[in-house]
Amino acid sequence: MSMIPSLKTIKGICILDNDGKRVVSKYYDTTDDTFATVKDQKAFEGKVFKATEKANSEIVAINNYTVVYRSNVDLFFYVFGDSRENELMLLSVLNALYDSISMILRKNVEKRAIFENMDSVLLICDEVADRGILLECDATNIVNRVHVRTEDIPLSEQTVSQVSYDILKSFNWLSQS
Amino acid sequence: MAFFDQSDDLRSSKKRGAINPFLDLEKTSVLQETRTFNETPLNTRKCIQVLAKIIYMINQGEQLGQTEAREAFFATTRLFQSKDVTLRRMLHLVIKELPTAPDDAIIATSSLTKDMTGKEDGYRATAIRSLCKITDLAMLTAIERYLKQALVDRNPAVSSAALVSTLQLNKDGSPTDMVKRWTNEIQEALNSDNVMVQYHALGLMYSVKKHDRLAVSKLLSKYTRGGVRSPYATCFLIRVACKVIEDNDQENNSHLIDFLEGCLRHKSEIVIYEAARALCNLPKLSAKDIAPAVSVLQLFLSSPKPTLRFAAVKTLNKVATNYPSSVTMCNLDLEHLISDSNRSIATLAITTLLKTGNEGSIERLMKQIQSFMSEIPDEFKIVVVRAIQGLCFKFPKKHDVMMSMLSTMLRDEGGYTYKEAIVNTIIAVIEANPGSQDTGLFHLCEFIEDCEHGVLATKILHLLGREGPKTSTPSKFIRYIYNRVILENPTVRAAAVTSLAKFGAVCQDLRPSILVLLRRCMYDSHDEVRDRATFYLSVLEGGNTAVINQYIVDTLQSSIVGLQSLLVHYIENPTSEPFNLASVPITTAPAEVTVNSKTDDMDTGPRKPAVPQKTRQEELAEQLAQIPEFGRLGPLFKSSPQPIELSEAETEYYVQCTVHTYPRHMVLQFDMTNTLSDQQLENVKVEVEGELYNVLGYIACPMLCYNKPGTSYTLLELPEDPSDVPCTFSCTLKFLVKDCDPNTGEADPVGYDDEYVLEDLTLGLNCLVQRVFKTNFAASWDEAGEENQAEETYQLTTVKSLQGAVDQLTSFYGMQPCERSDRVGEDKTSHVLLLAGQFKGGIDCLIKTKMVFDGAVNMKVWARSPVPQLNDLLVSSI
Repeated sequence: MSMIPSLKTIKGICILDNDGKRVVSKYYDTTDDTFATVKDQKAFEGKVFKATEKANSEIVAINNYTVVYRSNVDLFFYVFGDSRENELMLLSVLNALYDSISMILRKNVEKRAIFENMDSVLLICDEVADRGILLECDATNIVNRVHVRTEDIPLSEQTVSQVSYDILKSFNWLSQS
Repeated sequence: MAFFDQSDDLRSSKKRGAINPFLDLEKTSVLQETRTFNETPLNTRKCIQVLAKIIYMINQGEQLGQTEAREAFFATTRLFQSKDVTLRRMLHLVIKELPTAPDDAIIATSSLTKDMTGKEDGYRATAIRSLCKITDLAMLTAIERYLKQALVDRNPAVSSAALVSTLQLNKDGSPTDMVKRWTNEIQEALNSDNVMVQYHALGLMYSVKKHDRLAVSKLLSKYTRGGVRSPYATCFLIRVACKVIEDNDQENNSHLIDFLEGCLRHKSEIVIYEAARALCNLPKLSAKDIAPAVSVLQLFLSSPKPTLRFAAVKTLNKVATNYPSSVTMCNLDLEHLISDSNRSIATLAITTLLKTGNEGSIERLMKQIQSFMSEIPDEFKIVVVRAIQGLCFKFPKKHDVMMSMLSTMLRDEGGYTYKEAIVNTIIAVIEANPGSQDTGLFHLCEFIEDCEHGVLATKILHLLGREGPKTSTPSKFIRYIYNRVILENPTVRAAAVTSLAKFGAVCQDLRPSILVLLRRCMYDSHDEVRDRATFYLSVLEGGNTAVINQYIVDTLQSSIVGLQSLLVHYIENPTSEPFNLASVPITTAPAEVTVNSKTDDMDTGPRKPAVPQKTRQEELAEQLAQIPEFGRLGPLFKSSPQPIELSEAETEYYVQCTVHTYPRHMVLQFDMTNTLSDQQLENVKVEVEGELYNVLGYIACPMLCYNKPGTSYTLLELPEDPSDVPCTFSCTLKFLVKDCDPNTGEADPVGYDDEYVLEDLTLGLNCLVQRVFKTNFAASWDEAGEENQAEETYQLTTVKSLQGAVDQLTSFYGMQPCERSDRVGEDKTSHVLLLAGQFKGGIDCLIKTKMVFDGAVNMKVWARSPVPQLNDLLVSSI
């Protein structure tokens, strides 16, 4: 397995809905023929979806890729890596992605909520990995980076998710004290 | 009040069944919405929404035109006036996603630089990443200073972003000179408390130092002793250690192996697994060395996490290929995994068991597989089939069990690739064990009785035609084959007719019945079937053994690509002469079916299309045809199957030679590589000297740069008398050498002539002989006649076994072994080797050798061909 050691360990991350339709996808290695064009990517997503929609078993090998996944209600979360990649590491990426999205959606991980908070979801995907390199794997850190202080901004100009997050935080504070 | 408005909004939208703003986005309308960015005061929420829409739309695969992208980009840059953090971060994201030309990107550079150096921590990291994504190397100098500072920023997000972006600056991963000056900063980041910063710093440090072996080993020895907190960084260190061990296998690497073993006791599972996997994959480790890794993996097998089980069984599967006995202790755990709900894990478990299983456990395993096969998808079934194939070769005595298993699998449901894999396995088993031939062929016969795949049916019919007549009861196959003529589509019917004719040609006693059947085929509704039947009928009725052999048993062996190109040439250059089929190059005999146990078992992806592949011979012929100087040499007769090394790969200049034979000439093709980074060679050619050869010319390679292969040719005249052909040449590499800078590749203007002596090149008769496959050697042998024969007796003292003698003779003559006579049975003391070939000029020649082994190999060689001198030459040349 004479791979040159590199930090680029993630081939792609992807969220599909329960029809296998793309919600958000990021592919980091477009030199790879499987992911070269959007058409190729969607073909691969179709294949992945077919292999995972019925069986809920966390990991599957497809062609020369290892795919780890998690599903909830009407969504599927995937992380792809080379078949020689450390499967546990890919899983930790998946968990980071899922947990941080779950946090901002207050455990209400479903398609509608994703679309209502598309901006945060996009920012989270961007915080998890940069062009194939794992940036951060701690969900709390990721959420903190995406949701910054909001007090300076007038309430009417805040996003829904920000407001709800603030409320949530204040509740937490109340219950703690 | 505003707050309640919003939450009302949210609630009502949920009640209404959510109008998803992202559903069916229209490109033009989204781009129209960018007008919101011009409003004063800015509606932050709306702007964020529009930016999200743009990103979402690009992500869905919508292509933006150049002007569209440009306009969108300029519109978004107006948003830099807002102070909202989320909006700013979305803005950074959009800038990364939009396909912007570098010239336009400059507009955003100064704003981004301000963001990256500003006080607001919320978006400094994203600003760095966006900026590095859009700037090209030329503009980098402007931000160099800030980037360098950011590497050691107190905020881990900023530091990570700077490290990762620096790493990504060059697409090919090699660091720029600028980065090489930053080792102090990178080193400081390496000592950071933050785990991710440390991981990124380690990756960047390695990419800077990776070509410096000493620096890498220093880095390793420093951090393998401790100080790395991040599990990811530890995994990375493990990979670097493996790379070092692989690269310098001579040196003592025990401290690195100790490090890997130490990692097996790490607290993080990621690291434990990485270390176990690394140990298992290292070359040259004994079974004892990997035992601790295997026992760690064994523990993982019973983990509740599917990923952990998958990872462990996948690695063990690989280990089982090389060290089956080491994995045997996990067999009990593996058998539990057969019922795992994750079918990938189950398949890997079963194939691992197949590898480690002993002869006694096969029957039990097969039963387990049978119950399990119906539940898994096709690609996993194929993996299992391949594993069974491996098992058949390992335990030839058990082939009946496996054969019956395979035939049950053939009858089950499954797609084309799955069926094809089974058929190929059965064919491979038949080839390897002559004992299994009858059962195997009958299983295949039953399969084609109900086979929806025409390609497979024709393939099997072809095999039946070749092998069926040689079995003890050929008549049994006729019914199956004739059924195809009645029931199938034209392609299969035609193949069945050919197959029938072969039975008629080889089995004299069946011929009258076959003739009756062929006559019936003449009433077929399809042209091709009727044509074939008529042709075979008339050939068989003629009763001329030579004709029958030539046109039915040994079919056309010309290379299809070669035939096509020559026919095109013939049509373009009209002559009165008829087309000469003997001038067509012959296809090299089909490559032996080799079992490659090294293939990755989970590699279930689509195979490369097998049919239109060109052979090496055809590829070389095409390459040569591009050189105008060789155009008039005539058709290429043969190229040597393997290149001959004239210097070793580690030497200054690595040279390989391929010999091409033409009717009256010979072309020596030299593939050369310059392994010196500080030299550039020009006008490179190889001068050869051989006793009876005239050198007619050279085509030199104009330039040979470091590590870029180049080719030069030497043209020779072939001696008239074939007996003069075997010869040893002395070879010298001649060139003009120029010193050059290893880094830039810039060469000095002045150079000097130099030469380099290569190893001698020895040519034998084999460059004049092409392999030809004779299905029925005995018939061809008889046909050639005893009067055209020469014989000679030899004693080979240097060869220590019959198999060795067979291999040497086969490569010496360059002819095709027939009727599997290239394999000597175990413990045999005598053997008959049958070789068939075609000599230059289209002369068929056959060689038969009988050899006896009693400490040395004694053998008698007979050669038959229509040309007496050739026979003498063939037998006397050894």
